[in-house]
Amino acid sequence: MSARKVLQGNVIIAKAALAAGCDFFAGYPITPSSEIAQYMSKEMPKLERTFIQMEDEIASLGACIGASLAGRKTMTATSGPGFSLMQEHIGMAVMAEVPVVIVNVMRGGPSTGMPTKPAQSDMMQARWGTHGDHPIIALYPAFAEEMFSETVRAFNLAEKYWNPVILLSDEVLGKAHMDVEIPEPGSYEVYWEQPRQIIDLNIYDRNIGENPPRVDFFHGYPIHIDGLEHDAHGWPSFDARTVDKMQKLRMQKIYQNLDDIIRYKEYFLDDAEVLVFSFGISARSALAAVKAAREQGVKAGLFQALTVWPFPRAALQERFKKTRKVLTVEMNMGQMKYEVERIAPPGVEKQNLLRANGMPFSPDEVLNAIKEMVR
Amino acid sequence: MRDYEKYIRYRTFPTPWCPGCGDGVILKSIAMAFAELNLDPDDIVVVAGIGCSGRMPTYFNTNTLHTTHGRALTFATGIKLAKPEKLVVVISGDGDATAIGGNHLIHAARRNIGIKMILINNGIYGMTGGQVSPLTPPTFFTETTPYGNIEPHFNVRKLLTAAEASFVARETVNRLMQLKQVIKRSFQHKGFSVVEVMSNCHVNLGRRNKMKSPLVMTKYIRDITMNMAEFEKLSPAEQAPKYPLGIFVENNERLEYTDLYYNHIVPVAQGSGAKGEK
Repeated sequence: MSARKVLQGNVIIAKAALAAGCDFFAGYPITPSSEIAQYMSKEMPKLERTFIQMEDEIASLGACIGASLAGRKTMTATSGPGFSLMQEHIGMAVMAEVPVVIVNVMRGGPSTGMPTKPAQSDMMQARWGTHGDHPIIALYPAFAEEMFSETVRAFNLAEKYWNPVILLSDEVLGKAHMDVEIPEPGSYEVYWEQPRQIIDLNIYDRNIGENPPRVDFFHGYPIHIDGLEHDAHGWPSFDARTVDKMQKLRMQKIYQNLDDIIRYKEYFLDDAEVLVFSFGISARSALAAVKAAREQGVKAGLFQALTVWPFPRAALQERFKKTRKVLTVEMNMGQMKYEVERIAPPGVEKQNLLRANGMPFSPDEVLNAIKEMVR
Repeated sequence: MRDYEKYIRYRTFPTPWCPGCGDGVILKSIAMAFAELNLDPDDIVVVAGIGCSGRMPTYFNTNTLHTTHGRALTFATGIKLAKPEKLVVVISGDGDATAIGGNHLIHAARRNIGIKMILINNGIYGMTGGQVSPLTPPTFFTETTPYGNIEPHFNVRKLLTAAEASFVARETVNRLMQLKQVIKRSFQHKGFSVVEVMSNCHVNLGRRNKMKSPLVMTKYIRDITMNMAEFEKLSPAEQAPKYPLGIFVENNERLEYTDLYYNHIVPVAQGSGAKGEK
């Protein structure tokens, strides 16, 4: 039996992480994400799993990567300033191909900003925060059940593609208590590949596009893992041809599997005159707005991105064949709107509803913006 | 093949270190300690950060992890918590451990997590070409102290003692057998251990301070170091430029962190262990 409960968004994420088999959590307190660490500190030891509060966010992600290499399913949770500190280790996890889930409960920024106010201002940081060319997966739920399902999916994708996965949330989703249906174990997929017995050092040896197999320390043969660019054995290598191949291996494991990674929801889009593009807390207002618009005879629909990186480009492009007006709604000064603009063909009217002052959009504000476009 | 050689990954040679570098001695002494304890190479993980010391794990035929600058201890903490029964060794240079990684160093000591740290003190950022480090002696010339260093250096022994580290020792690259002994002893210690190894960077520190050959620089290390008993006889003024050697702290009373977590916290959380005091 699934259970219906009223839970805080942060707690839904923590519960989902446990359900996904997360057995190592390292974190550092930061508003508005701390409840995730608190819940983990209470529940993890009961299950003989591991919780540790580290000395900062850099250390938290470092510990997660270490534990992951020793066979654990790991997660850390933070918000803006902590997410900034974690960037170097996100790159380390990408380079060494280590699965880890990083929750960023977004708050107003930059700098210390507004710890108790929501924002969607780290969208581009989630994509490009760490230095160097790298693939990344970022998911962003909006509704209660999605907070559970996308958290489980974040673990599955991290394990499957051997890459860090960023799970975005925001102050409203994190702090709000919501009515949620917690699904029964077994009713959702939990991906876990048994670590293979290692017999040789060529742990990164595979064809471009192939998923990497799970590689852990202490499995029969000592291996080398490096944050330096490396060859198939993990040895440091700056040979141009080797680097080319390794970069392609890392990029293509993500970009050749977009069908598996990208998930989105479409509401009332088949005959829509205005497509509202949104995600996270803004998508909640946007959904209420398109429903209200429909009641008033305005043909509006919502494209809600659940996978924000890689950007759901093909699905959105498909919609632009028929719908010629797009309204991007996001709580920042303009970030994902550039992605929309990049792929919208000429002739598509592009409008934006942007704000980063800590006040989420009301459905009425979105509705008015939709009406402006059909006037 | 000598018994310690099975812990060396010869196929990754040559090393990036300059001829005469003390890192080779340290590599060998660690491998010798592994051999004397007769450890399975797959039961060991050697973790390092960035710098000349950061490249050392590559040359051990154990599990090895080359991480980010100063953060090796954080990765090692994750590994040790995930697999407390494994030997987790961290190799770090003075810049890596006491500048960018200084915070992780004192917290690992405070937690007493069973990581074995080898802190190579050559008093300089060698890999980047010879910039001042928190362990560069005062008045020394470096690429970023062209008029002499005006900053005092950390005293690693006192720093770690204050942070309640349960094993603190210092040795030099001049004394291979003593170094191997101390490293081996630290591997047998249950809690967090640090062995500071005084090493020579004649290329990037010595060259700018009238000690450009490895021989002159190791002689300098010999002259500034002495056994603790000898050190204690000196006046405070005489002690200032000197470095005592030996094991300074070896506290087996303090419980190790993973031991506390899995044998104390887990049972309490599960409701079967002793209740904490009110």
